[in-house]
Formats: sequence, C-alpha cells, structure tokens
Amino acid sequence: MSSDYSAVARKEREVRLENLKRAWFRFSRNKLAVAGLVIFVTIVTMASLAEYITPYPSHAGLYINFKEKYQPPNPNHILGTDMYGRDVFTRVVFGFRYALMMVGVVLGIVVPVGTVLGLLAGYYKGTLIDHVINGASEVFVAVPPLVLALAICSVLEPNVLNALLAITLMWWPWYTRMIYSVTSSLRNEPYVWAAKALGMRTTTILFKELLPNMLGPILTKATLDASWVIIIGASISFVGLGAQPPTPDLGTMLSEYCRYLPAYWWMTLGPLLGIVALVLSFNLMGDGFRDVFAGE
Amino acid sequence: MMVMQDDDDSSRGSEALLTVRNLKKYFRTSKGLVRAVDGVTFSMSTGETLALVGESGSGKTTTAHVIMGFYTPTEGLVMYKGINIGIPIEKRPLSLKREIQIVFQDPATSLNPKKTVKDILETAVKVYGEGVKLERFKTILELMSYVGLSEEHLFKRPTEIGGGEKQLVALARALAVNPAFIILDEPTSALDVSAQSKVLRTLLKIQRDRGVSYLLITHDLGVVRNIASRVIIMYLGKICEEASTDEFFGRPTHPYTQMLLSSIPAMTEEDERILPTRIESRGEIPSAINPPSGCRFHTRCPYAMEVCRKEEPPAFNVGGSSHIVNCWLHSSNTRV
Repeated sequence: MSSDYSAVARKEREVRLENLKRAWFRFSRNKLAVAGLVIFVTIVTMASLAEYITPYPSHAGLYINFKEKYQPPNPNHILGTDMYGRDVFTRVVFGFRYALMMVGVVLGIVVPVGTVLGLLAGYYKGTLIDHVINGASEVFVAVPPLVLALAICSVLEPNVLNALLAITLMWWPWYTRMIYSVTSSLRNEPYVWAAKALGMRTTTILFKELLPNMLGPILTKATLDASWVIIIGASISFVGLGAQPPTPDLGTMLSEYCRYLPAYWWMTLGPLLGIVALVLSFNLMGDGFRDVFAGE
Repeated sequence: MMVMQDDDDSSRGSEALLTVRNLKKYFRTSKGLVRAVDGVTFSMSTGETLALVGESGSGKTTTAHVIMGFYTPTEGLVMYKGINIGIPIEKRPLSLKREIQIVFQDPATSLNPKKTVKDILETAVKVYGEGVKLERFKTILELMSYVGLSEEHLFKRPTEIGGGEKQLVALARALAVNPAFIILDEPTSALDVSAQSKVLRTLLKIQRDRGVSYLLITHDLGVVRNIASRVIIMYLGKICEEASTDEFFGRPTHPYTQMLLSSIPAMTEEDERILPTRIESRGEIPSAINPPSGCRFHTRCPYAMEVCRKEEPPAFNVGGSSHIVNCWLHSSNTRV
C-alpha cells in the first residue's frame, strides 16, 4: 500500500473525471439527445447575450415604429415585424429569457423541495410526517394543474411572479410522490440498515445513501418537466394571466399576435418556433439522460 | 450427571456479553399472527462464536435483527453487557450502536450500488468523527489491507468487484467503527466456494486479533464446524438443542439435529462415521402462523410420541458442560 495519500486523492479526482467521460459517452450515443443539447446551449447563449446579438434590442419592450409594421420575413427582419413594427426575432430571443427564467425558478424550487419532502415522507413511511406530507400533496394533485395555476393567477394580480408561484405550487407534489415511492422501497435495503447500524445520522442516510440512488430519475424528470413548465407558463400568459404586454414573453406574444392570423402569420410563427425549439430540446435531452442512467 | 448449567443467568451477568431471555417476536400480518421467535433463551460470553442454525423460517434472522434493534421484542429481554437493548436502533446511543455491527448475507444489496468502495468506507469512518481527508484515506487503506483487499478496489463500485471482495468490504465497513460484537447473518451463503474460505479466514483473523464476538446466523453446517464454538439449533421460533460445536457434531441428540446432519452429503470416511444416517429428512418446515401444538417438530419427527403432540418439551441437560435438548425423548435427564 502506498504511503503517499495525496496520490490517492489525485487518483480519486481522475476516477471522477473518468466517470464523467463515460456518462458523456453514453449520452453522446443518442444523436437526438446531442441535437437537443446543441439546441439548448444555442438558446441559452442567445438568451444570455440577447442585447448584443439581436439586431434591434430596443424592440424587446415598448417600441413603436408604424412605418415598419406588418413586414413579412425579409433580410432585415428574418421573422418579420409585428403590429408596432417591432422585430419578431429580437422579441423571441428576449422571450427565451423569460422561458428559461421560469424553468430555472420553478425547477430550482420544486426539485429540492419536492425531493426533501419525498425523502422525509418515504423514510418515515406510516408516521405523522408521511401523512402530513402526502395529505398535502394529494390535495394539490387532486386539482387539475392548469386549473389550479389559473385560479391562483386570477385571484392574485396577473404578473410573471404570480405565474411562477402558481406553477411552483402545483408542481412540487409530483416530485414528492416520485421520490416518496422510490424512498419507501429503498429504505428497507440492507445498505440502509447497515448505515443505521453504523450509527450514521438520518441526514447522512437520506442525502448520502438514498439520494445518490435517485439522481437519475430526478434529472430525467426535471428535464422532461422543464418542457411542461414552458408550456404551462406560456398557457398562463396566453390567457392573459401571466406576463403582461409589452413583456416579450413567448406565451404573451402568442396571445397578442394570434389575433393577426392568418394574414400576418409570421408574427405567430416566431414565438411558436421558439416554444417548439425549447420544448423539443428539453425532451430530447431528457431521453439522453435516461440512457445515461439506464446504462449504469 | 452433575448439573453445571446455571439456573439463573444473572449469577454470571458480569461475564455474559449478550443475554437473551424468553425472547418473543410476533408479526401481525393479513394472514394472522406470525410467531417468528417464540420464547428463545440463550447467552453468549465475550470472544466466543455462537452459531444460530436453522432452516429458513426458523426465526434465526429475526432473533439477530431484534438484537440489532431493527425490530423491538414483543416480549422478553435482550441484555448487552448488562444493559437492556430491547429498543429500536434509532433510540440507541451512538456508543452502543458502534459496539454491535452486522454483516448481511448478500453483499450486493448491503453495499450501496452507487458508491465506490472508498465512499462506502469513508462514511463509516466518518461516524467516528470527520477528521482530515488524508487521515481518512490512511484509515480506509489500512482497513482494506487488513481484510485483504488491494488498493485497486478503492474506486470501484460494488457492481464492479467479486462477491467475496464485496463481503470483505462489508466486513471492513463494520470494522471501521471498531465493534466488540458482530452479527454475521449468513455471511458466506451468497458466495462462491473459493470466496467463502477467504471470508471465513478473514473472520477468524479478526476474532484472533481483536477478540470480537460473533453471533453466526447460518444454515451451512460446514461454516459452523469451521468457526463456531457453540451451536444453537432453532426450529419454528424455538430452540431445539444447544451444545458446544464438538458435542454438536459428535453427539447430535435432538431428532431434528440428527435430521439436519444426516442430510449433509458424506464426503470422507470420517464424515461417514460421524454423520447420523438413520433419519431421513421429510416434510417442510410448517408455517409460523399456526405452529403445531406441543413440540413443534412432532409433525416431522420419526419418534413422535403422544406427549409430543400435547405438551411442549422443556429443556433437558444431556451432559457435557451445557448440552441442552428440548425433547421428550430425553426426559430421563435433569431439567434445566
């Protein structure tokens, strides 16, 4: 045995890198997933550099230039212009920001909260903790998600923040239920009993023993859910309960522009393509993650 | 014959490591009450290896799990070093948890499949205190080399190493908290024969170096012969026979014990001489929901008498230092 333990630490880093490479290899075998990743990275890059890469950054919000209104797609405006003469492409790129922010905020809250609640309920199955958490989640699950979100948005002031709140509230039970079912079956695995026998703290058992066995399903579900968050968010905006004009939200734009169908079809086409590209990229990546974890 | 078995366990309470008295564990199921363990009494002293032998369904694993605190006893007493430990594992103090460790039958499920050997051992080492990272590496490598694992296994996951090696990792993990008492729940039955001997040798080495006491749960009489100093035979939640390993193999007394031993295939002339052959194994172990009346073995016993069907046999001392048999055939001996 070596006496240089820092060499062991170095070896550990190498092994971690090696595992990442292997995971990437499995992901990359799924060409559609790679395509999804490329679309996603492109969209994220475009959204974060929107001010610099869009031809008319000022068109994102309130801007009026009636001279250029209703222009079909042309070299200056590749997705045409809208009824106020704003460049649709510019607005779609800014719209990605809202969509991505929505995904980030909703999943950023829902995944950790839902996971922790699911772990607790599953680990303490049959106790008060389980009944309280599952009782609460069943109430939320019983109401159709979109209806619940619309109810919240219509009671509160319609804006982006409340739309986020509504989606977050309706989403956490689904994570809790998934993690709950996995935890309640894994908690009787001998390695969990061994961990208890060793005297590990419950938090160690939950987060170091159980959680690593669920990362696959969590990441896959989160990715596939991201597309649903975008669709629900767009739906809320579409019926006028989410982001309000002139916010360049994809759903809001759809609801503003669809009134000009079919004559000015390009206005609707822009945000529609944006939503499709985002949703597609998440779904394709989700399938790729599923492959990565299935191969393990 | 002199009665050397003491009637009162408390008279030697100070030297007994583990005392189990009239332990009962019942489970309520949809089909009825399962009497998994139904009045088991035994004790263990420090440094010995006691084998709890029986078919599946005999209650041996349940007994072990009650001692671990995975279940609480329905009735009866479990004392460890004079302290009542009939409490769930969550309620036990850390100092007590560390003393009693368990090695499970199937290392494929007792090791977390998502963690490397190093991570598995590291979380166990951390129970003692976080310490410095490089110090932990030192401890982990020492544990691994002690149980005979090479450094190349350090960053492997359980799925990437052999069954015997996995079981050695499970052993090293138990040793990480420096226990005084280890329950071995069928430690070799999931392993290849070649891996079995390596694990058994390591177990013997640990006992020699550290004076660890073992409670060996098994149905493998070969393992019993190799490492146990005393044997208890269980049948349907009750003890049939208790003897030192030599007595057990030399003079098996309970008809059930004789049946178990005669079902071992004889490999050598010595085996031929030792193994009783008169009793043929017949029938299967009955359900613990509705156990037979009287002696639970009477449904399969070739010598069953009228009394066996009606009355449960008490323990009779049939000689040796503590050779005890719960069987009416030996009612001419002193009751324990």
